[in-house]
Amino acid sequence: MDSLTIIAVTSIITSGITIGFGAIGPAFAEGRAVANALTALAQQPDASATITRTLFVGLAMIESTAIYCFVVTMILLFSNPFWNYFIEQSGH
Amino acid sequence: MHLSPDEIVYWQYGYFKLNATILFTWGLMLVFLIGAKILTGLLIDKDERTRWQNTLEIIVLGIEKQISNVGLSQPRQYIGFLGTLFLYVALANLFTIFPGYEPPTGSLSTTLSLALCVFVAVPYYGIKQRGLKDYLASYTKPTFIMLPFNIIGEISRTFALAVRLFGNIMSGSMIIGIMLIIAPFVFPIVMTALGLLTGMVQAYIFFILASVYIAAATSVNTIHPPPSIEEHKEI
Repeated sequence: MDSLTIIAVTSIITSGITIGFGAIGPAFAEGRAVANALTALAQQPDASATITRTLFVGLAMIESTAIYCFVVTMILLFSNPFWNYFIEQSGH
Repeated sequence: MHLSPDEIVYWQYGYFKLNATILFTWGLMLVFLIGAKILTGLLIDKDERTRWQNTLEIIVLGIEKQISNVGLSQPRQYIGFLGTLFLYVALANLFTIFPGYEPPTGSLSTTLSLALCVFVAVPYYGIKQRGLKDYLASYTKPTFIMLPFNIIGEISRTFALAVRLFGNIMSGSMIIGIMLIIAPFVFPIVMTALGLLTGMVQAYIFFILASVYIAAATSVNTIHPPPSIEEHKEI
């Protein structure tokens, strides 16, 4: 395999692994957060506004870890710096 | 498929490029400027108020309430900076309902510059409130060993702030693009609605995180210096 093929294969496989594993952690965390928020809502329906708002903020913060993985994946797939460097070097 | 509106270049002269990010930011600035000019011209001091004035008061008082909930006792001092952050990000994300509009917050340069504004504003307000020596001493707060970690934390949270907003908005527009290829009939509308919700939530988070950082820098006599968002259950 020449270096371009190696870079392409590694990038594609790594991006798949990145988004896959990057989704696992936030998924568990969001599940826990929502479950706890539902328990709190069932116990204290009066505080629903505060709970819901805090839940949304927390969910978005948890989700941002998945978003970081997504950004890395997108960079690997669509604007890979190593790929661009080798394309430049080979003079296409 | 393009990652950010930076790649749409309308006009180029040598090094200077006029891309979609700059153009739409200028558009937003124009909307803000004209809107503020018109709205402040309509303000009256009597009991009979226009609907626009009521809307404006709701927005300003709501932002003030949020800022004071975070722990900043004089929200008027900070509303110029924090309120602008919130309104800019919210409006930039809200305008995605117009076809052909590319949100400037979907570009890393915009979000990074906003985050750098927060990065500069935190020491500015901290020094203004507590004095230079007291503020610098807060970096060594639990023990002196924590000094490098506090500095690293200051820098990394700036990047996290930028990448969070960028990633959320970029992923929203990218998912809509993919949806248009696979299932172009109903699903893009649903995803656009979801994108609007995420945009609003992200604007609120950006604003509330900036407020929390400023509150942590300005608060006097704290034992644990940076109260994170998890500890602020009452926001």
